[in-house]
Amino acid sequence: MSQTFIEILRRALDEEMARDAAVHLLGEDVAVGGAFGVTHGLVQRYGAGRVRNTPISEAAITGIATGAALCGLRPVLEIMFIDFATLALDCLVNQAAKYRYMSGGQLAVPMVVRTQSGAAGGAAAQHSQSLEAWFAHIPGLIVVAPSAPNEAYGLLKSAIRLGDPVLFIEHKRLYAMKEVFEPPAELPPIGRARVARAGSDVTVIAYSAMVRSALDAAEELGRSGIEVEVLDLRSLVPLDMTAIGASVAKTHRVVIAHEAVRSGGFGAEIAARIGSALFDELDAPVTRVACPFAPIPFAPELEQALLPGARNIVHAVRTLCS
Amino acid sequence: MSGNNTPPEPGPPASGAVDWARMYGELWRIRLFEGHVQRLAAAGEVPGFPHLSTGQEAVAVGVCAHLTREDTLFTGHRGHGHTLAKGGDLRATFAEILGRESGLCRGRGGSMHLVDARNGMLGATGVVGGNLPLAAGAAWAAQVRRTTHISAAFFGDGATGAGVFHETLNLAALWRLPLLLVCENNGYAEFTSRAEHSNVAHVSAFAAPYQVSAATIDGNDLLAVHAAAGAAIARLRRGEGPYLLECMTYRMSGHYVGDAQQYRSKEELAAVREKCPIERLKRHLLASGMAAEDLDRIAEQARLEVQRAVDEARASPRPDPATVLECVYWSPELSSARARVS
Repeated sequence: MSQTFIEILRRALDEEMARDAAVHLLGEDVAVGGAFGVTHGLVQRYGAGRVRNTPISEAAITGIATGAALCGLRPVLEIMFIDFATLALDCLVNQAAKYRYMSGGQLAVPMVVRTQSGAAGGAAAQHSQSLEAWFAHIPGLIVVAPSAPNEAYGLLKSAIRLGDPVLFIEHKRLYAMKEVFEPPAELPPIGRARVARAGSDVTVIAYSAMVRSALDAAEELGRSGIEVEVLDLRSLVPLDMTAIGASVAKTHRVVIAHEAVRSGGFGAEIAARIGSALFDELDAPVTRVACPFAPIPFAPELEQALLPGARNIVHAVRTLCS
Repeated sequence: MSGNNTPPEPGPPASGAVDWARMYGELWRIRLFEGHVQRLAAAGEVPGFPHLSTGQEAVAVGVCAHLTREDTLFTGHRGHGHTLAKGGDLRATFAEILGRESGLCRGRGGSMHLVDARNGMLGATGVVGGNLPLAAGAAWAAQVRRTTHISAAFFGDGATGAGVFHETLNLAALWRLPLLLVCENNGYAEFTSRAEHSNVAHVSAFAAPYQVSAATIDGNDLLAVHAAAGAAIARLRRGEGPYLLECMTYRMSGHYVGDAQQYRSKEELAAVREKCPIERLKRHLLASGMAAEDLDRIAEQARLEVQRAVDEARASPRPDPATVLECVYWSPELSSARARVS
């Protein structure tokens, strides 16, 4: 029986809470399931002490999670929309990210901040952003962005067991995605990319929901004889340059696809690294598929006009291979 | 499992009998320690811009006298005194301020980011107000574990301008956290007086709407601080919820070393001696029968101790530049990935 992304994610939380009494959930409305229902039912199982509803105080609750992590708890904090992480930036950027370093290794912050990003259904400019590049820019933070339900299951469990602050970015378009639950033989290490589809002609590097779009594009391109390899990064920090190198050495052509705006997006970082480390492997310039430099609009026609998707990837690959 | 923080080692319990002589020495240790910081900063030997707590020492000493090693403490940019009062080693603390490998944080943190985890001093932050929710989180962890440990946050009156102060107060009250909020109201938020920052003259006034207990006391009177903090901390240990202790004090030094202080009049600065918490405790101890020679001996002992620590810290090795990338991430499994990250 297939289950949704949300159900499989909840299962990961449930199992980690059962496994380790230090794991505590907190966030706005988490005791009633959170805005998307991910934590639904966990308060009945673990009590209000371990599934803590909070006021709408992103700065304070991120600080509380960080302080509790310093003292040996393993908090999993839910920030309802990544757009609201703007209110928690002092704690994430100045405190949590730097604790290990500034303390000379005395303390760590084993905390997961689950948040949700991306555009869908008219959520508009303040509830749709893809801000992952901001966080990938901060030494000390881990940035994970799963692409599918079973992937999210393993990556969330690994993130909770890590000793560093993790920003775990779920894409709202993936929440309804279904898969038959398959526990991995062993949990995926954070920082290892995965080949989501093997191919020999061009590599599409993606993460989060854009992996789905890349797979759709690959399907279509396959029908016209172009074999696309889709590399699912899983995490931006650490970035798996080994996997990128292996794929580029095979295909010699690269398209990087993300939903975040192109300018200053994480694709620029990947392109720069490929340019400097793998220049000799390239048969063509690295291409990016990303959002134009504009806020996410409200009207469905406008939202669709702005968002990059499979069609943009198909176009980019065809251009690259022509 | 990686990344578990080691809890502080159990220390001796806070003593029953009040040892004023010890605290008199502690005041002097902080005062003289910061005198060396000021001198060496002016001479260019201290990197950055240290902030001194000269004149505010009674708050640190009076509150920390009631804290055990398992109680946690979080402070801000003016935190040398809190670190020492919580048990921080003079030499390692000074070495950190000098940026040395033997410093508390191996020279990675410096004056504004002292951490002494072994003594429950879990951090200082250079961002005003940023330490408050961290302290609440430590208090939450203590509550979850059903201990009687408490968490204390030191901050200045300037921090009440930050939204996170109010968020933390609300949450701490709602969750009945064992959190002691110690406001050192020194009359200045950086270079501007309290009156120009807020219509609310007393920080303790913010407590009532959140149903938090609070008091405003004379923070330059060690006896008053000791008594009020003792009562507040006893309540916290009984699980009666957070407490906001506003200590009226006076920053005898500038905002940072090098501050020309043109915003204060000569008359105001001339009256500083009257406010000095060390002078005040000395007068009290003399009046209650302690011999002047004994007090002088305590001060001299503190001077020697501090001088020795400073000398040792100055002679200690500087960090090896080859270690600059250490400690960015905890997880050993990321150590190879980290190389790829950078």
